[in-house]
Formats: sequence, C-alpha cells, structure tokens
Amino acid sequence: MIKLENINKTFRVAKRQGGFARAVKALFSREYEIIHALNNVSFTINDGEMVGYIGPNGAGKSTTIKIMCGILTPDNGICEIDGRTPWLERVAHVQHIGVVFGQRSQLWWDVPVVDSFELIKDIYKVDSSLYQTNLDELTELLDLSELLKTPTRSLSLGQRMRCEIAASLLHSPKILFLDEPTIGLDAVSKIAVRQFIKKINAERKTTVILTTHDMQDIEALTERILLIGKGKILLDGNLAELKKHSSERKTLIVEYTGKAPTISEGMTVSEAKDGRLIIVLDPTQLSVSEAISQLAAQSDLIDVSVTGVSSEEMVAALYEEYSI
Amino acid sequence: MKKYLAVFRIRFINALQYRAAAAAGVATQFAWGFLEIFAFSAFYRANPNAFPMEFSHTVSYIWLQQAFLALFMMWFWESDVTEAIEGGAIAYELIRPMDLYKRWFAQSCANRSARALLRCAPILLIAFIVPKPYRMGLPPSLPQFTMFVISSALSLGVVVATSMLAYVSIFYTLSSTGIRSVFTTIVGFLAGEYIPIPFFPPSIRAIAELLPFAAMQNMPLRIYSGNIAGRDALWGLAFQVFWLSLLIVLGRLAMNRALKRVVVQGG
Repeated sequence: MIKLENINKTFRVAKRQGGFARAVKALFSREYEIIHALNNVSFTINDGEMVGYIGPNGAGKSTTIKIMCGILTPDNGICEIDGRTPWLERVAHVQHIGVVFGQRSQLWWDVPVVDSFELIKDIYKVDSSLYQTNLDELTELLDLSELLKTPTRSLSLGQRMRCEIAASLLHSPKILFLDEPTIGLDAVSKIAVRQFIKKINAERKTTVILTTHDMQDIEALTERILLIGKGKILLDGNLAELKKHSSERKTLIVEYTGKAPTISEGMTVSEAKDGRLIIVLDPTQLSVSEAISQLAAQSDLIDVSVTGVSSEEMVAALYEEYSI
Repeated sequence: MKKYLAVFRIRFINALQYRAAAAAGVATQFAWGFLEIFAFSAFYRANPNAFPMEFSHTVSYIWLQQAFLALFMMWFWESDVTEAIEGGAIAYELIRPMDLYKRWFAQSCANRSARALLRCAPILLIAFIVPKPYRMGLPPSLPQFTMFVISSALSLGVVVATSMLAYVSIFYTLSSTGIRSVFTTIVGFLAGEYIPIPFFPPSIRAIAELLPFAAMQNMPLRIYSGNIAGRDALWGLAFQVFWLSLLIVLGRLAMNRALKRVVVQGG
C-alpha cells in the first residue's frame, strides 16, 4: 500500500533576466526563487490498483514519483510504501519497485539489450529460474525476441520503450511506476504498450502508477485518476467523476444534401460548410433525438455523428477551472 | 558484491567496443612518449649526474605511464558518472538496490582497466624493442614486479577515490567543466603526470611526497624500475593503503550528504 500524507517539496531555482549585464551581475549576487513543487500532497493507493496521475507540465507529477521511488527527499510529510519510507530505506525499498522514466534510458547504449537485462538480474539478485520465466513471458508479450541481441543504440524509440518496460519488470516488482511511458511512440506502439500494462496489472496484480499527457492512455488504462496542478492534488476520482466537472454538451456533425436546415433553440452552429454542419448541442435544452428529428425533417441527412466532450477537452477545461 | 562485479563487467564490455578510439589513443601515446623521452635524453646528455632518477628509470616511467595511461591519469574522466549527475540520468541509478558510491567506483575501475587493456599491448611491445637507451627495461626482480602490480591496483583505487570527490562536487556546482580543469592541472601535476615527482625542487618535492597524489602513478611507475625498492617500496604500499582508505571514507561521507539534497536535472 502506498500512503502519502502532507508531502511538501520546494526547490530553489536561480533566476535572472536575460542579457549580458544581468549575467555579469548574477556572478556577484544571485536571486533565487523558491518553487513549491508539492504542496501538502496526500493520497492512498491500494495494492493492485492502476492509477493515472495527470496534470500539466511542471505540476509536480515527476517530483511525486521521484519521492515515491526514494530518489528525492521531501521537505516534510509522511510517505510510507509497504511500511517503508522510500528515501530512508532506499535500497530495501527499490528492490520491490519497477520504474520507467519515458524520457531516459536504463539500457546500456553500446551492448545488446540482453546484456543490460543480465545486469539487472544480478543487481536485483533475481533467481535464475524466475528470471528465465519472466524473460520468456516478457519476450512473448512485448515481442522482443528479435530485439534482445541488438545493441540499444540501434533500436527505434518504440522498440526501445518495449525493452525499457521489460527491463523494469524482470525482478517481478510489486509496484510499477511509469513516468510518461508512451511519450513519442507511434499509434501501434502505444496500443501495444497499453495492452501490455493492462495485462500486467490484471495478471500479476502489480500496482501501476502512470503519469501521462496522453488522455487516451488514461481512458484505456486507469479507473482512478489523480489530478495535480501547481503542486496540489485537485481531484481524486474516476474518469466518470472527472467528466462530471465538465459540461454535458454534445457535438453533432451533420452532412446533408440540398438546403441547409434552420437551427432551433439549444443548438449553436460552430462551423458551417457546403453540406456540412458542426453543431454544439446543450442536452438540457434540447435532447439529442429531438435535435436529430428536427434536422431530418428539414433536410435530407447523409450522415450524423454525435460525440461527447473528449477527455482532452475535459482536462483542458479542468485545468482552466482550477486555473493551473 | 556480485552486483558490483556485474556492473564492472558490463562497463568493461561497453568500453571494449571503442576500438578506433583505442587505436587513435595508441598513436597519440607513442608520439607523446617519444617526445618526452627525447626531451629528457637531451637534458641527461648535458649532465647525467644532475638528475634525481637514472635515465633508464625515467624511460621505464614514461613508457609505463603511456601504456597504462587510462589507469592512472587524472584527466581521464568517467563521463557516465558526470553526465548522470548533470543530465539527471542519476534517477535510474538511484532506483537500483545498490550503494551508489560502490557502483560508481566499480564502473570507473572497469572503464579504466578496459581502456588500459586495449591500449597497453602495442605500446609495451614497441617500448621493449626500440633501441637502447630508449628501450624499456625489465623489473629488477620478481618481488619488485609483484609490488609493482599491487601498487598499480592501489594507485587505480586512489585515482578513482579522488575523482569520486570531484564527482560529488558536481551535485553542488551542476557542471563538471570547472572542477575538471582544476583537477586535471593541479592533481595531474602533483601526481607526477607531467614530470616525475623526484624532478620537483626539493622543498616542493618534500610536500608533494606526503600528499595523496603521490599515492597515484608515482608509486607503481617508480617501483617497477626499482627507483623505489625493497623496504621503501613496502612503505610506499602502506602509504597508498592509508590514502586510499581515507579518501574512500571522505568520499562516502560527502556523497551521503550530497544525496540528501540531490536534484534530478531536466525533469
């Protein structure tokens, strides 16, 4: 179980205006700015949960992850993971966690991937038979058989990310931290990675904590969402609750032939082209079926599609709502 | 212990990949070695008795220094470590169940020995066949050679332990450029990289011989030729053990302090 209580973390950042004169001045006296990266962050995550940790850039996502991994020491507050305080018992703690930092690599650049895996096996003292089982399973699920003998430097980003994820699971960790695991991946690789994460969570009961900017990751993967902004937890709930915070409005895309329909109360045209209308509908004023029958009565409709607010818009709206 | 050996192993393999760099290194070391030996030989010709080391000892000193450059030279920086601190890759090193000091120590030793292994053979081969008096001599006795081997290992330890202190400072300065140039010049000079310590003026030499830098290449390179022999050589080994232990203790303390305030650069 993961428990954070009132975690605070500040960074001191040297600041100066651009330009030569200011740079010279900064040689003698520096101005520092205190950045509150985390402000009384508290939450609890149970074993086997899959949690999406979202927020804009600089919100404190990675800082929280790094505190939970034992890399950073917070200014104050309590963090207990399976009974241990990560930064005090770092070595014992990290034995049981797996981490993927999407922007960095844990594989040795110039040697075949399998050499890096062997090193990880030795570092975590993974039993040979367990290592072999895990390696076989991961090789199959992530389709690594062709990649294992290739040096890391020759892998594409998607191939490398699959290897990175495998590397973080060789020692059967109880908790998996994924810091932007799908960053820079193409659609196919993203789907493969998502399916895999889902499987690991379901089959091994691994607790997964995932940070991402990709709303599709969140929609595909997580039941529970933690929204952080400016170092504060703003929302802790599931996707449906998150959706409640944003409007119910629907978007209708209508294609028609002949004359354009007239628009009644409750609908607003956001875009009109020849034979194509994009209408924003407020369902509290006019139901979707009513709107469609009104339109159909006036024009010959070729195609109608109805969409709700996308998760991306939703989160953007939330960011705005909390002004972060 | 096994995990640190595993790190040693992979760093060693990784460093063995750079064959072209090694070939270029060998060529440079030859040129440099000959240049130095010719310069010294000119001085010796002027007055052979004015020098604190026999010419043959100096020749062996220079050839060994060039052959095992990667083991002993202070300017040989472990860029994996400095880049990890400067660029934030340290995050991945801290999520391993390992002691970071031991890990970096193993990594540095591996890198240095792999590179030395790649470069030493051609240099030693040529150094043993060039005409006298530029030819490298054999060690005077087997015990002397054994002491040379032990002293080389200790010397590598002292060099790595000293660089470790420099690496820790990067946690505070966030840049390795400054500390690197200071270390390269001052430590390099006091370690006898440019000229052997016996060539220093007496007063400076007296101080330099007590400093930890004298426990670096100064010891093995002089023990090899018998410039430091017998009981003196044993004392030399003890001197190296003393500085190695002290530097490791200091390095570990400094590193533990630094890790409490570590900031991972670059998000």
